[in-house]
Amino acid sequence: MNSYDAIVIGAGHNGLTNAAYLAKSGLKVLIVERNPYIGGASVSRELHEGWIYTNCSYVSSLLRPEIYRDLNLAKHGLQVVPFGGGVTLTQSGDYLGSYSNDEARRREYARHSLHDADALDRFSTDVMRYCRFIRPFLLRTPADPTSFRPRDLSELFFLGKKLYELGEEELYEFIRFFTMSIAEFLDEYFECELVKAALSGSGLIGTALGPYSPGTAYVLLHHYMGDIDGNVGEWGLARGGMGSIAKALAGALQEHGGEIRTGAPVAQIRVRNARTKGVVLEGGEEIDAPIVVSNLDAKRTFLTIMDPKDLPDEVLERARNFKITGSSGKLNIALDGRPEFPQLPAGCPLLKGDLHITENFEQLERGYDDWKNGTWSKWPYVDMMIPTLTDPTMAPPGKHMMSIFVQHCPATLADGGWTPDKREAFGQTVIDAIATFSPNFKDLILHTEIRTPHEIEAEVGLTAGNIFQGDLSFDQLMFNRPFPGYAQYRGPVKGMYMCGSTTHPGGGVSAAPGTNAAREILADLGRKNITPEDFGDD
Amino acid sequence: MTDRYDVLIIGAGHNGLVCAAYLAKAGWKVLVLERSDQPGGAAITREFAPGFRVSACAHILHMLQAKVIRDLNLKAHGLDLGGPSIDTIALAEDGNHLTIRQRSIEGAQVTAAEKAAYAAFIERMERHAKALAPQLLKTPPRLANAGLANAMQLAGMGWGIRFGLGKKRMQDFLRIVGMNIYDLLDEVFESEALKGALALDAVLGSAMEPRMPGTVLTYLYRLAGGLKSTLTLPKGGMGSVTAALADAATTFGAEIRTAVPVERVLLEGGRAVGVVLAGGEELRALSVISNADPKTTFLKLVGARNLEAGFAHRIGNLRASGRTAKVHMVLNSLPDFTGLEQDALGNRLIVAASRKYVEDAFNHSKYGEYSDQPVMEITIPSVADPSLAPAGKHVLSAIVQYAPFDLKGGWDAHKDSFVERVVDVISAYAPDFRDKMTLVECLTPVDIEREFGMTGGHWHHGELALDQLFMMRPTYGTAQYRTPIDGLYLCGAGAHPGGGVMGAAGHNAAQAILAGDK
Repeated sequence: MNSYDAIVIGAGHNGLTNAAYLAKSGLKVLIVERNPYIGGASVSRELHEGWIYTNCSYVSSLLRPEIYRDLNLAKHGLQVVPFGGGVTLTQSGDYLGSYSNDEARRREYARHSLHDADALDRFSTDVMRYCRFIRPFLLRTPADPTSFRPRDLSELFFLGKKLYELGEEELYEFIRFFTMSIAEFLDEYFECELVKAALSGSGLIGTALGPYSPGTAYVLLHHYMGDIDGNVGEWGLARGGMGSIAKALAGALQEHGGEIRTGAPVAQIRVRNARTKGVVLEGGEEIDAPIVVSNLDAKRTFLTIMDPKDLPDEVLERARNFKITGSSGKLNIALDGRPEFPQLPAGCPLLKGDLHITENFEQLERGYDDWKNGTWSKWPYVDMMIPTLTDPTMAPPGKHMMSIFVQHCPATLADGGWTPDKREAFGQTVIDAIATFSPNFKDLILHTEIRTPHEIEAEVGLTAGNIFQGDLSFDQLMFNRPFPGYAQYRGPVKGMYMCGSTTHPGGGVSAAPGTNAAREILADLGRKNITPEDFGDD
Repeated sequence: MTDRYDVLIIGAGHNGLVCAAYLAKAGWKVLVLERSDQPGGAAITREFAPGFRVSACAHILHMLQAKVIRDLNLKAHGLDLGGPSIDTIALAEDGNHLTIRQRSIEGAQVTAAEKAAYAAFIERMERHAKALAPQLLKTPPRLANAGLANAMQLAGMGWGIRFGLGKKRMQDFLRIVGMNIYDLLDEVFESEALKGALALDAVLGSAMEPRMPGTVLTYLYRLAGGLKSTLTLPKGGMGSVTAALADAATTFGAEIRTAVPVERVLLEGGRAVGVVLAGGEELRALSVISNADPKTTFLKLVGARNLEAGFAHRIGNLRASGRTAKVHMVLNSLPDFTGLEQDALGNRLIVAASRKYVEDAFNHSKYGEYSDQPVMEITIPSVADPSLAPAGKHVLSAIVQYAPFDLKGGWDAHKDSFVERVVDVISAYAPDFRDKMTLVECLTPVDIEREFGMTGGHWHHGELALDQLFMMRPTYGTAQYRTPIDGLYLCGAGAHPGGGVMGAAGHNAAQAILAGDK
């Protein structure tokens, strides 16, 4: 029988989460995935013999613990291990360690600036306060501020109440925080260029913005609001790679009777009489379901797998105007041994964390200028990890794997599209930059996978390779995500929903969009809510 | 201790004068103290060479609030708005210029579709601007702890936006208000020349570039301020506007003393009770109103040690580093701009060939350099107003961006080469320009700070950024024109709604002070 209660398009982590909740509620659910493997951008694959590459998303923090518990992800094999810390290397041979141990971190900051060591407390307190404010909203459906329905009014009231509880001064500071640039925000606390550069990275990752761009302070929060085992702001590695998250979610889905079909690209969402009927696969096969949930980004959903005549003009226009800017690339490298970074003390634990090589705002901003000029940055902002130092299962014994996230890599170049030659040149720019800090790095390289936005789009299906399925700019957050009037996971056609990072609260492997969408679907079906709402933790 | 005044106003800029006029009209005894030897602040007409006069800073009048003109009867005091409204001409090197009017565009390469798109865009933006406009002449509400009237004002604002705009427009408003103008223009227009020209409107006078979120809001702000007026070049320069204001203020009974720099605000028991002048003279009053920018007011005139530490920290953190220069030139005769008739030279000529041009110009300023190819707003006011230059000769006044206050290497060493860049850029549009121009005065942000006392040489007394606007301008706790110092008020562009020759801040401050009196 080729008929289901619900079909979810795309087996990324949000699609899997959404399907798992629907199945858990008792619906007959099918998830269809165009690739021969599941995971979307939460994927780990053996791309070089003996090495598991986590070749898209590479670290975890935002994954909501409620979902982890609800869906029994531990039982399905998911374990997230905090890696603790990170370091920024400077061209002068020094470094700034970011220890997860507060006291060590303070001493390290004091080595660079006593003033900044003092400011760190104030900074952390303020950012944590904003985190605590924002976290309850991750697992809530945004209110429509133009609506007078009781639900929207009560959600608006909840927002107003939360804001009021901040108190007047904090409220204003919070509003400012939302609209400032990361550079301005950090300038209010710190004096040392290196400290500021090290902290600003989280305001830029995944955006098409520079440190001086308003709105980047909020992006910092987006990277701080997660937690591991209750440690807010901490990041970790999924043992076995990010694919373990997808595998565990798939395990949960199957435990509740859900089905997964890989290698099944959807050609179109079928609509009849303004209602979804199911999907057509590219081979022509039709699968029926009254509910169709798209885990694809808003552009792909509305502009490629839906028939324009099924959609209001307004939705088509908004989908076209939805901003999904390509700005990041990725290098995944198999290493014959452990790369040396002589400027770090022997046995330095910081190497297990994220490594950076940009030491002031100017370098970061110039990287953004390069992007604006249609080229990859000459001195790129990189977020490097050697996950095998924490999780040796990813490579043969004694060997290592390196994951290098590269910021400010355009989706199209000023001199035309990406070509294999340009891709190699981009990769070489990154490798050369890192090699200036690690004398044996180049000799250790056994295999390199270079991914520009072009490759990420072609393989994962993220438009322009945007890791958030849509810019995290404030015209595209909360009730504006993906666009006004459609921010509550429902599409313009009855029975059609969105569950990807293109919806609130956005990307970062939180699984929150998938969960929130499930809650709305269950509500429309009149079924009991089984998804977590709000937060128990805080 | 001769006279007792009700209020002392520090600074006779246009907002100080507006505030003085309103208070004097209400029967208060007002004394305005101006450090320079003429009133007007930065809104003056400046004789930069014998016989040659220009507006010293802002040179186009388009935001002066109709209510202020009416209330203070400025026309009777000599305000001449009779000048013809001028067009904006976006210059193109090949002479295919684009003419932008309030509701239409014209140009050799403008398609009918683009004309229609422009008309629709302006209508859409004006509707949004109309929703904002009523706030310009009101004291911003406080968000908490401020009682029922305040809560009603907040609710009223939300109500006004929801019902003034309707559901669909409100959705559009809530989306674009935080956007950047770069993307918005791209959604609407094809012509890069038009996109560049409109992008300039969003960033003029600020430290922003078109890709920065918040630039749609600054664009709307400009529209909201100028909804009821057109672009005009005030007869006799901007000084004639402040002269009319000064005349109105004194007619209502206010006194203005010039050449009396205020050294500090006199505090007693934490309350502002007067000022101390540079010579040591003490003047007392029931309250003190500062038209100076917030940093000058609080950190220099009051002093950080007299402020709560957190507040002083916030004032210190205000962003007010100017990146706009003003260039004045003597023209021996009108230069020949490619593709422009001579009588078109009385319009607003802008150099902002594309969004990328504006962005590239800005990029230099991020690193402490001046723009290699600056953007400009040029007027030749003597075309319409011969009183500004000797017969047959002309004056050119250009707002030039970006020229960062904290230029690497300092302005003394680089001013000449900067002016050369300006002349080069204009010459690209008017090949004979170099032969026609002679004397040049360049006011960099450093000069503007020194001449007019604006911290950082910032025209708006502080960046018009989302986090420094409305109920957070200059910073929360002092956005209602009152300050944490009892008896001390703000009335300048550093307060809501900001700069531009609007008179709104002065008007609002006067209303807030009068309301507090009751």
